[in-house]
This record gives sequence, structure tokens and C-alpha cells, in this order.
Amino acid sequence: MSQITTTSRWTPGERLAGRVPLPEPAAGAPIVGVLALQGDVLEHLRALRRCGAVATEVRTTDHLDAVEGLIVPGGESTTIGKLLERFEVMEPLRQRIAAGMPTFGTCAGMILLSDELEQERVQPLIGGLAVRTRRNAFGRQVASFDTGLEVAGIDGGPMDVSFIRAPRVEAVLEDEVEVLAEVDGYPVIVRQGHLLATAFHPEVTGDDRLHAAFVAQVRAARRA
Amino acid sequence: MTSQNPSEGQHQTGTTRVKRGLADMLKGGVIMDVVNADQARIAEEAGAVAVMALERVPADIRKDGGVARMSDPDMIDEIIEAVSIPVMAKVRIGHFVEAQVIQSLGVDYIDESEVLTPADESHHIDKWRFDVPFVCGATNLGEALRRLGEGAAMIRSKGEAGTGNVVEATRHMREITGEIRRLSTMDEAELYSAAKEHRAPVDLVLEVAETGRLPVVLFTAGGIATPADAAMMMQLGADGVFVGSGIFKSGNPEQRARAIVEATTHFEDPQVIAKVSRGLGEAMVGISIDTLADEQKYASRGW
Repeated sequence: MSQITTTSRWTPGERLAGRVPLPEPAAGAPIVGVLALQGDVLEHLRALRRCGAVATEVRTTDHLDAVEGLIVPGGESTTIGKLLERFEVMEPLRQRIAAGMPTFGTCAGMILLSDELEQERVQPLIGGLAVRTRRNAFGRQVASFDTGLEVAGIDGGPMDVSFIRAPRVEAVLEDEVEVLAEVDGYPVIVRQGHLLATAFHPEVTGDDRLHAAFVAQVRAARRA
Repeated sequence: MTSQNPSEGQHQTGTTRVKRGLADMLKGGVIMDVVNADQARIAEEAGAVAVMALERVPADIRKDGGVARMSDPDMIDEIIEAVSIPVMAKVRIGHFVEAQVIQSLGVDYIDESEVLTPADESHHIDKWRFDVPFVCGATNLGEALRRLGEGAAMIRSKGEAGTGNVVEATRHMREITGEIRRLSTMDEAELYSAAKEHRAPVDLVLEVAETGRLPVVLFTAGGIATPADAAMMMQLGADGVFVGSGIFKSGNPEQRARAIVEATTHFEDPQVIAKVSRGLGEAMVGISIDTLADEQKYASRGW
């Protein structure tokens, strides 16, 4: 196990903001990484901390070895995919996912976890989730929207979420993929065993219910 | 950005949250100036998180002189067609009709930019009236907060575009982050005075003092030419980097673009920065800021 850093050094804005109160993780709390090659890493780290996890950035295979679960954040899927290959993290990550590491992708993260994309151009994908996904499925930035979304298995009313140049699932490729919510008849949150993916960003709204469910899943995987 | 008790199925577009949110998704990334579809493809292939469409890169605007305006809509359409990443485009300061035109083309972010020739010498665009988000330049905290007051959803430090010289970018990043640090040590009475000194909206000054950071993403721009320049800006507090002339005015644009992307990701790892800095060929030549006449200093444009 390599050194775990519990506070983000991703932006000095956050370093300056050391006063933002976040709970200290309890002893034995699950260690959850956020893939930190590019994207909204900080928002996920904060949400994980609020849910009681030890949250840490993952940029290298050493970092990856140290975590029990991983979030692939929002960002640009082309950029993150290329950097995974260039820094040789792609294969080790695929192996961890195949070995059962709980993994949660949001927006670009959903794209990267998909087995197939609905597009001509080829881009590096992590894969593992048996869906075919379309990028920018709701249109360009002016079509990005906030909405309330009822999610199967999430109690307490609709979730407050943002769809930002968001993808959606065009086709589910295997029966074991569960669809937890749809927009316009297309799946926007899917689960397949230890993999969870959302087309939207739960991390930018402060609605932490999915993060809490994911942290619970990481904890359960440890016992299994 | 608090929870708003949403109701099921009520879609709201053009909100402050989705405008600021797109900038959040660009963090840790590099946004590259491009003047045609081929350059846009090179930028995407190198790992850029977005491209900035403009007619001429700042180094050429300096060389050619004349009035610099928004790009030809045909060129912007070609770039939108060529890449899958977000496309940004520049409009002149205060030129709200250029902004209306650019929004209608489906551009993802508008840069109200001092690199183009200003169209209004006392007003910036009222950015709240648009669904498309805006990024604006700033040399100090007051300027950044005035832009946020007008509806900007992302800030970039200005630097001095088209010089290949990072010194002004450094100055502006240090100004902004230093002023944020000073605000966070003040009591309320001092904060009201500080708002007057910075000529900034009081509520934004109070918010920055409370949180210790801007309420939006802060990128850096203007003079970044090497991987080490980009990493230094990140260590100084930038959330990401704009590179203009530095890439396509260098000897090997493909390799330099890639190297700057990689150094921005691993900005705290000197070994990675050393590795990507090897064999890059000629950097853009660059200009010493002292040799620029005052009217050639773009950073002083904006009010």
C-alpha cells in the first residue's frame, strides 16, 4: 500500500479553503479513489468525504493499488482515455475492475466504462459495462439542464442532478444490466454488479445519496 | 450551488449551475487556440479538453495589427463538425451581437476576450441574458468579481497573449490568489472597504472571504509556451490552462500540445515534466514585455 493523502491537492483554491468543514473519516473507513487525470475530481472527493469515506486521488498504478473502490469523474472522456493509455494505467485499471473493484462513473465516467460507443470515431475506453452509449446525446452546452430524477432504490424523493453535455445509454447489451432511471425513454443510470454509471453529475449538486450508496457498496465488497 | 428541491422531470436549461458546471468538467485540462479544423483535430488528438476557435492566434494579431473580430461562422461550423470536445469562441469586449451570433452557432462557451479589439470602452456584455456560458479574463480579484457580477461562469487570468512570455500570467495568478488570501483574514468592516477598493460586488467579496476561493473555476492564459510554464501555473493555483500561440507557433505542434497536456495532469511531478520536455524542438520565439508599447498590452483592455 502506498501513502494515502486524505486532503486534495488538486486545486490551491481548495488548499486556501482548508476551512471548508468536512468530517474526519472514522477508523477503518473504506478507501475510495477518484481518477484524477482530468475532470471534476474535487467535487467527488468532497462528496466522498461527506459520506464518511477516505477519499484519495488516483493518478498512477501505485495510487490504484491503494484503493478499495474508484470513481471515474466527469470531464472529457477523450482526454481521460488518452491519458490512461499514455501513463499506462489503462490495463491495470481494467484488471482491477475485472477482479471486482466497485467502480462508479459519472458522465465522462459512464462513457469510459461503456463497452461500446454510438459513434464512428474511435477513442480509448476502459469498458466493463455492457451498454452502448451516445456522447453529447442531449445536444451541445445550451441544451445542458438541471432536473429532478426519481432513481430506483434511492429513497427521499427525486434526486437533484445536472446533465452537462451529457451522454445517455442507447442500448443495453446484457440482461444483467439494471436500469435505475430514464430520461426521454433512454437509460441515464445503470448498474451491473459492482459497476454503477450515471449520465448526469450528482457531484455538483450536493445531493450525496448515490455517493452514500456507493460507499456502502465498497464497504460491503470488503466483507464479501 | 445548493440543492433546490427539484421536482421530477422539470428540465431547466441555462442555469448558473450548468454554466459553471461545464467549466468544472474542464479542470485539470488544456484548452487550445485553433484557427481551422485541422488544428482542432490535432488539439483533440493531443488530449485538449476544449478548443478555442479564433480567426488568428494572438501572435499573428500582434504582427498583422488592424481590428481583430469574431471568427467567420463557416470556420466555427467546420471546427464544431471536426471535433467531439467542447468548442469555445472569442467575441470582442462589449460586442453583444457577436455573442448572439456565436451562441446561435451552438458554441459551448464564449470568451469575451481582450485579445480581440474592444467594441465598447466602458461596458462588458450583460452575460446573464445568454444561455451559453462565458469565460472572461482578469488581471486581479476585483476585475474577476466584476466579470462574475455581469454573469461570467468561468475566469481566466489574462497574462499577455501572443508573447510566449509567462511573466504576466504569473503576475496575474499571484494577484488573484494573493488577494483572495488577504480577504480571508479580514473582519466584516474591512471586507466592506475591500469591496470598494476592488470595485467589486459586496456579496461576492463576502463569499470569497468565507470560502477562500472564487465561486467559479479559475484557468490561466496568456504566454504559456512550455510544459513547465503550464505546470507552474497549476502550482500557482490555476484549475487549468489556455494555450494560444504557444502550440501552433512552435516547431512541432503535435508533440508540444501533448507534452503540455501531460505536464498539466502531473503538474507536481518534476520527473514527468522533464520527460515530456525532452526533444520538443523550437518553442515560439517570444517577446519581452518591456518592449511592448502600452497600446499593445492587451491585458489593460477591460474595465
